Amino acid sequence: MTDLKERSEILYFALRNNKLKVGLGVLLFFVVLSLVGPLFTDYAPFGYVGPAAQPPSSEYWFGTTTFGQDVFTQFVLGLQATFLVGIIGGGLGTLIGILVGFTAGYRGGIVDEILNMLTNIVLVIPTLAILLIIAAYLEVRGILAESVFIGFTAWPWAARAIRAQTFSLRSRDFVDLARLSGMKPGKIIFTEIAPNMMSYLLLVFILQFGGAVLAAATLDFIGLGPTNAVSLGLMMNYAVLWGALILGMWWWFVPPGVAIMSIVGALYVTNVGLDEVFNPKLREM
Amino acid sequence: MRRYFGRKVLIYVLTFFLAVTIDWLIPRFMPGNPVQTMLSRTAVRAEAARIMYGYYTRAFGLDLPIWQQYLNFWNALFHGDLGTSVYMFPTPVARVLMRAVPYDIILLLPSILLSWFAGNWFGAFAARSKWLDNTISPLGYILTATPYMWLGILLAWILGIVLDIFPIAGAYSFDLRPGLSWVFIASVLHHWFLPFASLFLVGFGGWAIGMRNMIIYELEADYSHYLEALGAPRRLVRKYAFRNAMLPQLTGLALQLGVIVAGAVVTEVVFSYPGIGYLLLAAIQNQDYFLIQGCFLFIIIGVLLANFAIDVSIVLVDPRTRTGMLGEAA
Repeated sequence: MTDLKERSEILYFALRNNKLKVGLGVLLFFVVLSLVGPLFTDYAPFGYVGPAAQPPSSEYWFGTTTFGQDVFTQFVLGLQATFLVGIIGGGLGTLIGILVGFTAGYRGGIVDEILNMLTNIVLVIPTLAILLIIAAYLEVRGILAESVFIGFTAWPWAARAIRAQTFSLRSRDFVDLARLSGMKPGKIIFTEIAPNMMSYLLLVFILQFGGAVLAAATLDFIGLGPTNAVSLGLMMNYAVLWGALILGMWWWFVPPGVAIMSIVGALYVTNVGLDEVFNPKLREM
Repeated sequence: MRRYFGRKVLIYVLTFFLAVTIDWLIPRFMPGNPVQTMLSRTAVRAEAARIMYGYYTRAFGLDLPIWQQYLNFWNALFHGDLGTSVYMFPTPVARVLMRAVPYDIILLLPSILLSWFAGNWFGAFAARSKWLDNTISPLGYILTATPYMWLGILLAWILGIVLDIFPIAGAYSFDLRPGLSWVFIASVLHHWFLPFASLFLVGFGGWAIGMRNMIIYELEADYSHYLEALGAPRRLVRKYAFRNAMLPQLTGLALQLGVIVAGAVVTEVVFSYPGIGYLLLAAIQNQDYFLIQGCFLFIIIGVLLANFAIDVSIVLVDPRTRTGMLGEAA
């Protein structure tokens, strides 16, 4: 009964929170566009389908590239790639962060020392540099592999934050009680500690999602993105390489940037909105 | 203080060790043969290819036992030998990189420091008035969500092509020779401005938001309420909040370095600015593995040095680290 009441309370504040509504609205718009968009185009993303360097028209909605490729087709497929990288890369980063953070925070002692040291080391290494060097040696790359690499390098700050939270929950009475009643550590973590951190874990995932999207755009832009698919970063890469700037072909490089900026910005705003919904202290703001 | 630095230095030494190991490991255990790939790109005559294959196999030391390759790698590293660049043959990689480093310094140091100070300054103001909060915060979120290269592309297009105020490629005008003349310095500044501006703006947004949120959080803390209850002037409470909010922002700077470096790489690519990032792109496109590895090492060393500088300033700002407690950043 109390659970139900709590839920409806959160829903009440969620529906009244403008940041949350704007953020989720923008995200929803791009998700729908990425799913519905491909239905409106019969072109292949890299097919030479029309006259070169055309500005947007009724036939080519976002214009064409220097090679006569349809920008709209590339754009909607690139959006799909962006969401895929965000979900897989951000999800994996969160998952590893959760595993490391829970283990280190709950076990403490030597396990904590070692995991903490590892976290600090990976935290210092500029992960993009590692991604670069791995990607540079791989001849064929897919979006899936890219997401997995990004996830494997993005977890440290999440692990650190989750560890700190677990640490503070570990010595609470209800956890002590569970321990006294002979519950196994794994079960305590997942039935006693994790449910109390659900809102926090959701916020971590959102930030990881945004980070993965930006990391992928960076990799793609330097030409180390997927070799067999289209992505928003790759579009900007081609636009710069093939003189879109000098020829003034703004329709080629503006849409992918606007999309990334809007998606990541919407994620951040959603994050702040959710924080206000979950945290009663911030609600008056 | 000794304990604090001891811990930090241990982490840096381990990080450097791990980074060098990765740098050594990846070309050897990736699928495919890097030497073969490198040669297939250059398309030389058959016998020349064979000689070059022999040379590179020996240069990589691929014919030795694994453990010896590893030791040799460290040995060469300590002698400053990073191999020979293929892309700029026969210049040693170390020299190619040293030529690029000054450009990175003049680009990164001002943009990181200025965006950090300006962001903190405006963020603190934003926490103070509703009007400023409603303008700076949305702007901050937009800026910090913008991919570095896209802001660079936009600035290059609007200010460089459409309005034609700034040049969009190179570090100085092609008809000039590097020297200490005013014309040259003016040209360098002129070319420096756009890449600097795009790095500055993205960073500024993030720091402003961070500071705003931090201050609001600090103003809700017990000590702030206590000071207010004692009748302390608002200015004083704000000052304490600002000082306490500085610390997470400093640690945040250390955490952000990796992202900033990545941003600098793509920004240099957009503006063909001849720093390490631009070299890295050239190295990747030309499959110049020695140069890629060299860039990687230089980036790691730069980030470690910057981390150390931040640690020193944390000790200066946070008295807890001086008295043996580990404080915020440990």
